[in-house]
Amino acid sequence: MRLAPHWRVRAQRLQLRGEVCQCCGERLFPPRDVCPACHQPADKPFAFCGEGTVYSFSTVYEAPKGYERFAPYTIALVRLKEGPLVTAQLTDIDPADVRIGLPVEMVTRVLREEGEDGMVIYGYKFRPLLEREVAGTEARE
Amino acid sequence: MRDVSIIGIGQIEVGEHWDVSLRDLGARALLAALADAGIDRPDALYVGNMLSGTLGSQEQLATLIADWSGLRGIEALKVEAACASGAAALRVGVMAVAGGIHEIVAVLGVEKMTDLDGEEATAALMTAADAEYEGIHGTSFISLNALLMRRYMEEMGVPQEAFAGFPINAHANAVNNPNAMFRQPITRDTYSRAPMIADPINLFDSAPICDGAAAVILCPTERAREFSSRPVRIAASAVATDSVALHDRRDPLFLSAVQASALKAYRQAGIGPEEIDLFELHDAFSIIAALSLEACGFAPRGEGTRLAADGEIGPRGRLPICTMGGLKARGHPVGATGIYQVVEATLQLRGLAGANQVPGARWAMTQNIGGVGGTAITHILEGQG
Repeated sequence: MRLAPHWRVRAQRLQLRGEVCQCCGERLFPPRDVCPACHQPADKPFAFCGEGTVYSFSTVYEAPKGYERFAPYTIALVRLKEGPLVTAQLTDIDPADVRIGLPVEMVTRVLREEGEDGMVIYGYKFRPLLEREVAGTEARE
Repeated sequence: MRDVSIIGIGQIEVGEHWDVSLRDLGARALLAALADAGIDRPDALYVGNMLSGTLGSQEQLATLIADWSGLRGIEALKVEAACASGAAALRVGVMAVAGGIHEIVAVLGVEKMTDLDGEEATAALMTAADAEYEGIHGTSFISLNALLMRRYMEEMGVPQEAFAGFPINAHANAVNNPNAMFRQPITRDTYSRAPMIADPINLFDSAPICDGAAAVILCPTERAREFSSRPVRIAASAVATDSVALHDRRDPLFLSAVQASALKAYRQAGIGPEEIDLFELHDAFSIIAALSLEACGFAPRGEGTRLAADGEIGPRGRLPICTMGGLKARGHPVGATGIYQVVEATLQLRGLAGANQVPGARWAMTQNIGGVGGTAITHILEGQG
């Protein structure tokens, strides 16, 4: 059982915590010690709002070990509102209804199960943005 | 820096070798290459391999294969760069000879993927991606490539059928390669009826899981004629890197490491893409073939599939690619692939490629890619008449 690798990324997994580079303003997810854009040290935490759009997607029918109960599920690259792309599963949606450009929002779900005596690992997935919020977004724009 | 040449090649038929172990596969290809060069004992052995630890519970692989080849005692190291491990080992070999560290160097690529079931091999391949931020979400290596292909089709307005030309060319060429895994031609109809394995990637868009080993022997060019009547000069050897994770790239549809390694290689060889007579590219997935042609300057962005559709990639076309079957039909024993590419390019430049011979070939480019473009390694070879 590997506890530490999951424990140490809990802020990323559960809060979508990244960083903003104080030098060039690049928003980074996941966080890292050196900004890939300007190569200066990056250390200021930044919480992403959790909304974005589907950049691309693919549905997995034969799931890897630990993911069987979610199959079929759709893997997506999500373009977060603040800029970065994130790899994650989509949830609460029929794979046939997914399209590029679909507005989505982050939710916390079970990512992986490691058997009866093993760990249950939680983290971010993305679901279609609820309609009231889409309407609100359009009104603001 | 010294100029480096290839003086010997060896390869094992790619396939499911249930009766041959990893060490024996490696030793057989290595001994074949040593025999081709007329060398008994090289100064060093560099072994490209990705999965011996994961799939075979075996590390110290180069030491093991040196011993099993009767070379106990020599310098022997394993080199890993995921699916680009083979070319990475060649890069190390070239540096050793060019830098004057060694005179005669053997480079082997070897992989054994069929000892475990397909599910375990698939999981092992995912170690080429970012485990904490891609793998944890239940992503497979195929689905990462599917993300790229779907976005490409949408953004460039390219239909799935447009990719058919790549596997059709690969299979047609493999028919004439006795070391290829799939020696049957396929048609447009076969392609369009193939089952999806990770939509929009179908069975023929993806290279197979298999076993294989291939080897080359290197020496300084000034000594190459002592060992071979048809040496092949390594005119360029260039590595470049990108982020491992797709999501860390500003534009995932542009393989920047592929472009950077190709540009470095063109500069080293003193030629441009228009002078390349054949290109052994990394067609692990059809989408990667298209993106590689674009990043290397053979096609404008969004038009990589057009070369395949216009029939320009066959052995007698304007830019022959995957001339012995490529990863798709020769097979893709991951850590061995980069050396198979170089062995095949050497056959072409020696004029020994049989029915698939590219007429008058002088310059051959090989390119081995690790992960989804995280590592790109380009070599340019020049025939010596």
